[in-house]
Amino acid sequence: MITKLTHLCIYVLNQDSAYDFYVNKLGFSVHTDAPMGEGARWLTVTPPEQPELEITLFLVAEGGMFDKETVASMISLIKKGTFGAAVFTCTDLMATYQELLTKGVVFKKEPTKEFYGYEALFIDNSGNWFSLAQLNS
Amino acid sequence: MEQYEKLYLYKRIVQSKLFIDKNFADNIDLDNIADQACFSKFHFIRLFKSIYGRSPHNYLVSVRIEQAKKFLIEGDSILDVSLRIGFDSPTSFTATFKKMVGKTPSAYRSQAMVKRLAISANPLLAVPNCFAQTHGWIK
Repeated sequence: MITKLTHLCIYVLNQDSAYDFYVNKLGFSVHTDAPMGEGARWLTVTPPEQPELEITLFLVAEGGMFDKETVASMISLIKKGTFGAAVFTCTDLMATYQELLTKGVVFKKEPTKEFYGYEALFIDNSGNWFSLAQLNS
Repeated sequence: MEQYEKLYLYKRIVQSKLFIDKNFADNIDLDNIADQACFSKFHFIRLFKSIYGRSPHNYLVSVRIEQAKKFLIEGDSILDVSLRIGFDSPTSFTATFKKMVGKTPSAYRSQAMVKRLAISANPLLAVPNCFAQTHGWIK
């Protein structure tokens, strides 16, 4: 039976800037950063309290199952903000929101009260958007 | 939410937290941080704890230990790491590290280096096959 989620894939347009965003701004830890040859890179990060959940920062580039047309479509969709990749939670939304703003994270929605708690929406530097929530206890 | 009416309190506490993040290796005077945030020490600790779930001192120690892990993975000596992150001695660093991480800095470094060498020799060890195939790294 399925027991847990261990890998989550986020498509990014540049792995260097994604590294800076997820590690230096969001405060995630690097799990694996391995060169794969020919300029390719396997880069995964983990949230502070989930060291076993690897978030793969997957570069959209030609190769393997991604042909030129697919890459072009993916890049367009990511830049448009099509993909809402995940919901992150925090213990104090206002403090986290203030900190991320200070670090230059762009928010699509300021902290707002919802029936499940409080929520803000931010985007990464590729265009993916995320919910940041402080859930009702 | 009444906390939103006290946005200025959040900003001051967040700035203090960011100061600790940036200056963890220095001999930080938490009394001074409280003064700069315009709080009494008691009030500062209480607010910090209510937001971050731990005292400013405990948070500072946790930041130092997390940074220590990064230096250990790079292969730095225990002495160098302890000095770089602001501990008075390797002994106090080792004791704190073991208490928080569950293993000694030496054991942590050894395990990290073994993993690093294995992945360096064969990066595909770290990649689930489905992703390796998607990328075209294996057929």
